[in-house]
Amino acid sequence: MLNTLLPILLFAALGLAVLGAVKRFVMWRRGRPSKVDWIGGLLKMPRRYLVDLHHVVERDKYMSKTHVATAGGFVLAALLAIVVHGFGLHNRILGFALLAATVLMFVGALFVAKRRRNPPSRLSKGPWMRLPKSLLMFSVSFFIATLPVAGILPEGFGGWILAAILAVGVAWGVSELFFGMTWGGPMKHAFAGALHLAWHRRAERFGGGRSTGLKALDLDDPKAPLGVEKPTDFTWNQLLGFDACVQCGKCEAMCPAFAAGQPLNPKKLIQDMVIGLAGGNDAKFAGSPYPGIPLGEHGGGPHQPIVVQGGKGLVEADTLWSCTTCRACVEECPMMIEHVDAIVDMRRHLTLEKGSTPNKGAEVLDNLIATDNPGGFNPGGRLNWAADLNLPLMSEKGEAEVLFWVGDGAFDMRNQRTLRAFVKILKAAKVDFAVLGLEERDSGDVARRLGDEATFQTLAKRNIATLAKYRFQRIVTCDPHSFHVLKNEYGELGGRYEVLHHSTYIATLMSRNLLDLGQHKGGSVTYHDPCYLGRYNGEYEAPRAVLKAIGIEVKEMERSGFRSRCCGGGGGAPITDIPGKQRIPDMRMVDIKETGAELVAVGCPQCTAMLEGVVAPRPEIKDIAELVADVLIEAPAPVKKPVVAKAELEGVQ
Amino acid sequence: MTDLNIVTLVSVGAHPTSGRARRAEQDARAVELGLRLAGEHLRVVHAGDPREEALRAYLGMGLPELTVLEQPAGADALPALADFLAEAGAQLVLTGSQAETGEGSGLLPYLLAERLGWPLVVGLAAVEKVEQGHAQVLQALPRGQRRRLKVRLPFLASVDNAAPVARQSAFGPARRGELQVEAVPALTDELFADAQLQPARPRPKRLKVIKAKTAADRFKAATAKASGDGGQVLRDLTPEAGAEAIFKLLVEEGVVR
Repeated sequence: MLNTLLPILLFAALGLAVLGAVKRFVMWRRGRPSKVDWIGGLLKMPRRYLVDLHHVVERDKYMSKTHVATAGGFVLAALLAIVVHGFGLHNRILGFALLAATVLMFVGALFVAKRRRNPPSRLSKGPWMRLPKSLLMFSVSFFIATLPVAGILPEGFGGWILAAILAVGVAWGVSELFFGMTWGGPMKHAFAGALHLAWHRRAERFGGGRSTGLKALDLDDPKAPLGVEKPTDFTWNQLLGFDACVQCGKCEAMCPAFAAGQPLNPKKLIQDMVIGLAGGNDAKFAGSPYPGIPLGEHGGGPHQPIVVQGGKGLVEADTLWSCTTCRACVEECPMMIEHVDAIVDMRRHLTLEKGSTPNKGAEVLDNLIATDNPGGFNPGGRLNWAADLNLPLMSEKGEAEVLFWVGDGAFDMRNQRTLRAFVKILKAAKVDFAVLGLEERDSGDVARRLGDEATFQTLAKRNIATLAKYRFQRIVTCDPHSFHVLKNEYGELGGRYEVLHHSTYIATLMSRNLLDLGQHKGGSVTYHDPCYLGRYNGEYEAPRAVLKAIGIEVKEMERSGFRSRCCGGGGGAPITDIPGKQRIPDMRMVDIKETGAELVAVGCPQCTAMLEGVVAPRPEIKDIAELVADVLIEAPAPVKKPVVAKAELEGVQ
Repeated sequence: MTDLNIVTLVSVGAHPTSGRARRAEQDARAVELGLRLAGEHLRVVHAGDPREEALRAYLGMGLPELTVLEQPAGADALPALADFLAEAGAQLVLTGSQAETGEGSGLLPYLLAERLGWPLVVGLAAVEKVEQGHAQVLQALPRGQRRRLKVRLPFLASVDNAAPVARQSAFGPARRGELQVEAVPALTDELFADAQLQPARPRPKRLKVIKAKTAADRFKAATAKASGDGGQVLRDLTPEAGAEAIFKLLVEEGVVR
């Protein structure tokens, strides 16, 4: 009897799965077009899954092994079950192989069940609690049903009672694992995830690559939407990406805004986008809600606005403005979903169409338009910090080996100390450098992350035009935000440069023995990785190498390197200033204090400002450039009159 | 109040530190007030160069269009605006108090009101209601005080920093909005053409001596009505006697020597 029932069950489930897949695919395709490599992507998918994705999952050894056993066992078992039971190919060897696969899957499923016995808060409950049972049911049912095939039990063992029980078990198993996959069950992550990997919007991320720059809006076409108003304004492969979410909550666990009690939870945001994709409300969401926003009050659909001002849309605007764009969620996501892209896309609509950038946002954007700096300072004062430094100007020299990109920190008195320290280092190493001086403008980082793509592109294009006038080998900057934008985001607008963070450049100067350095005196030191240097650009080594060279042994924080916690200063978050229960820099300072360090080395003006904003008593905050400049042994120069000194400087130029 | 025919007059501003063209701060507040009263029916008018990109910043506040009475630089905006307002059947005209560029004398609302024969409310903070040809408005006075006025329509009102802050200007509507150009006869502003411009000097201010010892005292000092120390209210005087009294005060204060 089973021999007739099993093929019917299997093929019915497969048929429903195909139907669901087509339906889901049509749903994704409601998004805007995006060019993908259809066949090539599919061919590369297994490698992306087995290598790139596995690297991320491997950070959690328990889960990675569990997943290999469960998923591997399931795929093998499913394929063999179709051959053996679906097509009735009752071969003994195949039977044993199927038994082995189901055993493997069963063992994996036991570990899934164990994880689910007392799940951490980041995991979604609801239907996900049912999944280990379904996995066990699938593996056990097919195991028993295959025993006669392998010749271990006689054909027809157990009679119709066992057959009926097995039929129910198989039906349950294939419902969850075959058509549940395409009809929105927990197993959807496998189906959507595989295709998401194939047609990912940042295919460069695979194979060890890095792709972090935001993608430009087409502002020349007046009909192109300015950002994302409704779910269908996302590109279709973004929608597909949202659907791939496995609700593991790794993003939630790392999100600084969530930890601070601001109304953002990256996992919930992605699930809200899935709700938007399919239509409905968030009452059934089985994970942690946005802090302070109860479930069940928000909903939407594919053609409805995501944010409704003063009303209940899919998400509240504050949720989008809480993000610091620190990319911790993207870094953690085992499905390689691009949360930050989605958030900035929605911010773009709010800023460019609705004009509703919260708090100081509008003022900052107006300042950027009118004065090229976010503070609204007189652009003529951009070089005041270096009035006595006699800095070589590009407009006078025309070319230099290094173009020192000063950044808007030029207007901030705290950051001016860092800048002056770095100039001291450049001069000590006799580097051929020059600054743009008054020709420099804000890099556009804040404008872009506040969603004002128009102002970003205006600033970027003007900076690119200025840079095109001069010849230089590389740009060096003390600001990781400028660094990232110049390096990764100007390219799309026609500006391609070699850009280095000052820590990287100091490290090269050290390796070429151009700096005469003493040793750092004073207490213990920890190092805070800036998001835009670390996660965005993968530079974790150079700052540590520099610190090591001046005799500092970094006392690492628990969250350092790619897991570094944001200072709270990125993405315009200090400008939009969404209230939470605590402040992000305070939490970071707790991390710092846990190391017992008396000083924290930083490499970013934003981090400096945010961490120095934490009330004392707290460790001192110093930029890497300051620490190096402090131990710089300058050549004993005989006392000279200023005129002579100036002449000598010009000789150096 | 949406059936009210409201016109806001706008100029091209200049950023205080960079001097770059932008929407003028007070004019943008006048547009904000107009938008709150009339929504999309608000008419916004500028006399000057329609190619000025800074005007788009007003469109970015959500206006479908902006009328530009095309005039060469240095032309007198007054006659063109007066003719336009008379023809447009405006019932409430909103302006800023003082332009950020050009002459910036702050006289335009007064001269317009004089020419049209309409009342002028300076420092308009809010329009409370409009009924039966009269508007009940709040006028801003120093120290956060408000005076409730009843004004007959049509009238002019200038806004200053007591009016609600202008909403953010967004790129999308700014790009979509249309600048409707109307040709008007150009009249050279002779006074302005002959005059020489020089940077304004900050006005001397009386030093503020804080006598208050406690926070409560400071609060009281900040919020109390200006007490009349030495001032007097003169009523039913002849113009000569009034002028005499003013002159005497100016001599006393050392303004006229």
